[in-house]
Amino acid sequence: MILTLLDRLNRRRAWLRWGLLAAGLLVAFGLPWTLYPPVATDIVCWGLFAVAFDLLLGHAGLLSFGHAAFWGTSAYGTGLIAIHSGVPFYVAVLGGTAAAAMLALPIGYLAVRRSGIYFAMITLAFAQMVYFVTNQWRDVTGGENGLQGIPRTLPGFDLSNSFVFYYAALPVVLLGLLAAWRIVHSPFGRVLAAARENPARVRALGYPADHYKLVIFVISAFLAGLAGGLYAVNHGFASLQEVYWTTSGKVAMMTILGGIGTLWGSLVGAAAIVRLEDWLATAGFEATGLVTGVIFIAVVLIFRRGIWGTITHLLRARAVAPVPQIEPHLEHDHDELQPTPTN
Amino acid sequence: MKQSQAILVTRHLSKDFRGFRAINAVSLRVVAGTVHALVGPNGAGKTTLFNLLTGFLKPTEGHVVVAGHDVTGHSPERIARLGVARSFQVTSLFPKVTAREHVELALQSGTGLGRIFWRTDRLMRRFSDRAVELLDEVGLARLAERPAESLPYGQKRALELAIALALNPKLLLLDEPTAGMGLEDVDRTTALIARVRAGRTVVMVEHNMSVVGSLADTVTVLQRGEVLVEGPYEEVKAEPRVIEAYLGAHVA
Repeated sequence: MILTLLDRLNRRRAWLRWGLLAAGLLVAFGLPWTLYPPVATDIVCWGLFAVAFDLLLGHAGLLSFGHAAFWGTSAYGTGLIAIHSGVPFYVAVLGGTAAAAMLALPIGYLAVRRSGIYFAMITLAFAQMVYFVTNQWRDVTGGENGLQGIPRTLPGFDLSNSFVFYYAALPVVLLGLLAAWRIVHSPFGRVLAAARENPARVRALGYPADHYKLVIFVISAFLAGLAGGLYAVNHGFASLQEVYWTTSGKVAMMTILGGIGTLWGSLVGAAAIVRLEDWLATAGFEATGLVTGVIFIAVVLIFRRGIWGTITHLLRARAVAPVPQIEPHLEHDHDELQPTPTN
Repeated sequence: MKQSQAILVTRHLSKDFRGFRAINAVSLRVVAGTVHALVGPNGAGKTTLFNLLTGFLKPTEGHVVVAGHDVTGHSPERIARLGVARSFQVTSLFPKVTAREHVELALQSGTGLGRIFWRTDRLMRRFSDRAVELLDEVGLARLAERPAESLPYGQKRALELAIALALNPKLLLLDEPTAGMGLEDVDRTTALIARVRAGRTVVMVEHNMSVVGSLADTVTVLQRGEVLVEGPYEEVKAEPRVIEAYLGAHVA
């Protein structure tokens, strides 16, 4: 009886999952029809960036405050490759992404030994160094002027139209999202989730928790780089903004707004913020940060789980029938007598 | 007579916490295949000693040798991979993860599958049957699909034991396996440890003297971070200094 009930529940969940995927793809492919295409591309780039960030924050429990370093390194790296070599933009993005991942290796190596605020501070410090170097290295990066004139090269295609470029960039984003999803639902992802909840326990099982954290750090930087490279090609330039700490803050805001650890929530958070900023800018409103900040604080205070987290929580609460209680066989249940340590 | 082989040796092991000496020159010798109990009043340093043995704390002085390897200063995961499994005094589980998945994670740890991030976690189902077997062994088969946070206290402790067993350890370190349990659970856990000790060495911190009496071959009494007495249970129990240490602790 209970089994068939669970079965039916699972089947319903599977349907819901396929339905969500279909809806998500529909939105992804329809986005530039409803929005100004460059904004649509911005949304998917920031979306991938926020998902990469959530891999680290939501799934490894590590709050990076220096992810602009990876997004920005790839933006500049991609731009430099595209400008100086003329290779297809996919190759340039891959090159910039590789640079971001390589940068993440030493930073991650030093940072994952710490957790909490120390981890955040170490990543922030390194990101500020990247900002400093980018600003000073004028001959290469253009300093305060940024890196101008990044071409959208793809032999046989004319990508000058932003509407067309969106569809050239989308497959890369989707591949990045697929990778993130796969990682979360892999044996590695399971160890990582366990390490987030209880690192000492995982180490006692013989898993080198720090190695796992380093690997996810580099993967997260890789995906952030993928997003940053596409973003630079979309805009045709890379600015200092890309490596500035406010970018690290913005991606954190998107993930928290969407719902930490929900993965797809980050897409929602990114879409909301990019859309809002664009709308405010178009309306001629200068202090965009004020508005997004207030909305952010309101959402965090009212919906602790973020947008996506709150929705799935409500759906689950309605969909899941009360869990069949375990038989009252456990006469020696000490829950009332003993202050039970939960972990 | 040939001396029986030691699987765990500590030499003059000491640990300071900002000038407070929690463990002082403890030299232990745990003979392979035995059950060795560590007892002593609260604050005697038993859990600190456990953390030193498993790499969660680095000793200030002295050495830890496991199966002939000097593991002083090694990381917990390295020591675990030598075949040392431990349970935690404060139940240490992953709240949202089911009992079966806990054991699967432990079974997976030696295989290298955990490093694979590009394939589905359904691969871990290969451990399911063995996991359920182990859960059955500790009486948790019926609760296999429940998240750890929803298990009653006694069952959480049993799950700790199943996880430790899943590592198929040579050396099993149990930190108060019966702490906070009701009588029936204590009896069941005692019987379980008696069963799983075959082919293994068990070191346990335990307060319940009847459990110690029925399981331990050797008892080491710790007091204020030092070894007070060591020997077979019957001898140790009759030792005046031990009685004094315990009574003293109770009076104070």
